[in-house]
Amino acid sequence: MKKLLTGNEAIARGAWEAGVTVCTAYPGTPSTEITENAALYNEIYAEWSPNEKVALEVGLGAAIGGARALVAMKHVGVNVAADPLFTLSYTGINAGLVLVSADDPGMHSSQNEQDNRHFGKAAKIPILEPSDSQEAKEFTKIAFELSETFDTPVILRITTRVAHSQSLVELEPRQEIHLRKYEKNIQKYVMMPGFARPRHKVVEARLEKLKEYAESFPFNRMELRRPEIGIIASGVVYQYVRESLPDASTLKLALTYPLPRKLLEEFASKVETLYVIEELDPFIEEQLKAWGIKVHGKDTFPVVGEILPEIIKQKLGPLFGEENPKTKVQDPCASFPNVPVRPPVMCPGCPHRGVFYVLQKLKLTVTGDIGCYTLGAQAPLNAIDTTICMGASIGAAIGMEKARGKEFARQLVAVIGDSTFIHSGITGLIDAVYNKATTTVIILDNRTTAMTGHQDNPVNGRTIKGETTKEVDLPLLAKAAGVNRVVEVDPFDLAKLETTIKEELAAEEPSVIISKRQCALLAKNFDTPCQVITAECIGCLRCMKIGCPCIIKEGKKVRINATQCVGCNLCASVCPSGAIRKEGAANG
Amino acid sequence: MGETKNILIVGVGGQGTILASRVLSNVLQKIGLEVKVSEIHGMAQRGGSVVTQVRYGQKVASPIIPEGQADIILAFEKLEALRWLTYLKEEGIILINDQRIDPMPVIIGAMEYPDALDNIRQRTRNVLVIDALKAAQEAGNVKTVNIVLLGLLAKFMNIDQDVWLETIEETVPSKFLQANLKAFKAGLATTENLNLNKN
Ligand SMILES: Cc1ncc(C[n+]2csc(CCOP(=O)(O)OP(=O)(O)O)c2C)c(N)n1
Ligand code: SF4
Repeated sequence: MKKLLTGNEAIARGAWEAGVTVCTAYPGTPSTEITENAALYNEIYAEWSPNEKVALEVGLGAAIGGARALVAMKHVGVNVAADPLFTLSYTGINAGLVLVSADDPGMHSSQNEQDNRHFGKAAKIPILEPSDSQEAKEFTKIAFELSETFDTPVILRITTRVAHSQSLVELEPRQEIHLRKYEKNIQKYVMMPGFARPRHKVVEARLEKLKEYAESFPFNRMELRRPEIGIIASGVVYQYVRESLPDASTLKLALTYPLPRKLLEEFASKVETLYVIEELDPFIEEQLKAWGIKVHGKDTFPVVGEILPEIIKQKLGPLFGEENPKTKVQDPCASFPNVPVRPPVMCPGCPHRGVFYVLQKLKLTVTGDIGCYTLGAQAPLNAIDTTICMGASIGAAIGMEKARGKEFARQLVAVIGDSTFIHSGITGLIDAVYNKATTTVIILDNRTTAMTGHQDNPVNGRTIKGETTKEVDLPLLAKAAGVNRVVEVDPFDLAKLETTIKEELAAEEPSVIISKRQCALLAKNFDTPCQVITAECIGCLRCMKIGCPCIIKEGKKVRINATQCVGCNLCASVCPSGAIRKEGAANG
Repeated sequence: MGETKNILIVGVGGQGTILASRVLSNVLQKIGLEVKVSEIHGMAQRGGSVVTQVRYGQKVASPIIPEGQADIILAFEKLEALRWLTYLKEEGIILINDQRIDPMPVIIGAMEYPDALDNIRQRTRNVLVIDALKAAQEAGNVKTVNIVLLGLLAKFMNIDQDVWLETIEETVPSKFLQANLKAFKAGLATTENLNLNKN
């Protein structure tokens, strides 16, 4: 039977068919749905781990323990998981372990567009790159086979277009895989220098075997067509090439590390001009050049962003006698300069909004973090100074204080979401206490991991399978770290929020303010929309400073879009003339 | 249907474009075509611009529609229609929901909301604008705007109505089925046609 699946759904299906029983992940676009779908299978234990490092550690424990394990994360997640990954390469596995790295060329929803193929090379483990959903499923299964045959973790590298595109997939039954025997083997699994040195030799020998295997790997496929131009491509770019240049000879690489040298040399010898078309870094190109193969790549195609079909057609179409299409590559806004951009905004009723309104009002320096609340950096709130990576807010605030002194720290806060705090904020908080900073940390506890689509997390007391579990007690956790001043506030109580922030900034010691209110898309506790009583509106536009998409300027006054408003009343609490009220109170 | 056909569905996060494209792609699969769909929905629920690309035919390679290659654009919002207009083929059709949702730069007064329909009509002939919100209200549920628009799309696609209805039945929760079926038929029954909307 064939079914239309996204790449992510197909990977989950592939894992299930491959007999996987453990799937771990920390959410992150574009990888999240892999684990959400894996969790739907009864045969698979799935978990949201607190971060990617833990996810990989749980996965490797399962694999060493004898069960096939799938671990999924977005590209930047692999940075967090890199420590176990590099040494897992030395120990190898017992049952198969596949790490899905979901890269995001074009940064549809990421803070950078790093090319994670470098991780495979650096950790000396194989990388498979599927080009559509069918391959996403197939390659997941092949990855488990490779993992067990070569005793290595395997990276399945996908990109946003593979993860989030749907195409037809042939469904197959699940292969029941028995739990492998677990035997204690400290030479293999205890990586202290004496044992790690011989394991490094094993890794190098394994890589040699993998190189040989790559030459005959059946999914690396040479397709000879016209001999003038040969193109090497992998992943979704292969599909773009087929579409844009149907007559070109093509070498489709499924295994992009290690590369099949002989096959590449053979292909190069059969075509007159050779191109590598790869998104992001010249990963394949550099290897070819090191081998002395003459090839074009980044001299023709961009390093930055996606390489969409139009770009390929524009650059190479003319070589096939096509007239140069008059493509105005990508940015549709460029052709209509009067079209305003439509960036995402915090939802109506979002509990983060009030916090940023107050931070902006107090003109504080704010080290930020990653989550829905990063939107507080945009106009009109403009309330965030830095956003680097998950967890960086607290360390950055400590560093600023150490650089600029305590006086500066009285105007400085770190803001961090609940999921992000658990992911990598706790260690930063301990640093503040241990190294005697006076950091004020605001934990934006909206009871969920909202940004990536509302995954449950250790703070809200529910697992990915929907079971209840123990909630992390944030105040107790902060206290245990040595923070004496811990306060909880409701972010809709702006007055209390403001006094609390001022008090905690004045304190000469670290403090934690927990702004606690459930995400508006989950909480349905508001209903009646607010209304502006036009006669009472004095046109001060203070309510527009909260950055709510429902408040619309009309002439000199404002109006509220009743179809979108959820009635959170935040605007009413900033209106100095009491002109905003709930519907029904209009005539009062 | 030898060549690959392209439909671009554009709108604002929260408008239900994804459900509409899901029904569409399942319909196409049902009638035996190869389908590829690309959805960029990183921040879909936060009111950003969303776009789904649906490609179908006997054989489809890339899931991405090149600029200037869409046979039909189905726009859930006027400004988004204008934003993606360069993706329309010269002889392509653009179907637009007459709804305005202000983006942040307009809300804060940094930019004006352009006269989207006028701009579009100056550049292309095959424009049809309907008030899908009104049609959805009349069908009994304002949340079915997406299915009204899907009905409108179906009018231009020449696929047996029963396949659409059956697929909607399989896709939407049974609680909302009646309203959605009514909404689809309302969209399909749109009487305006393309040329009436010429300037
Ligand atoms: C290392 C890493 N993993 C995952 C992500 C994807 N990601 C961005 S924000 C976020 C979590 C946001 O949750 P929370 O901190 O609770 O804030 P909210 O969105 O709920 O406001 C995730 C998982 C990332 N950017 N970096
Ligand atoms: S999803 Fe929740 S946390 Fe994110 S912007 Fe909307 S209301 Fe705020």
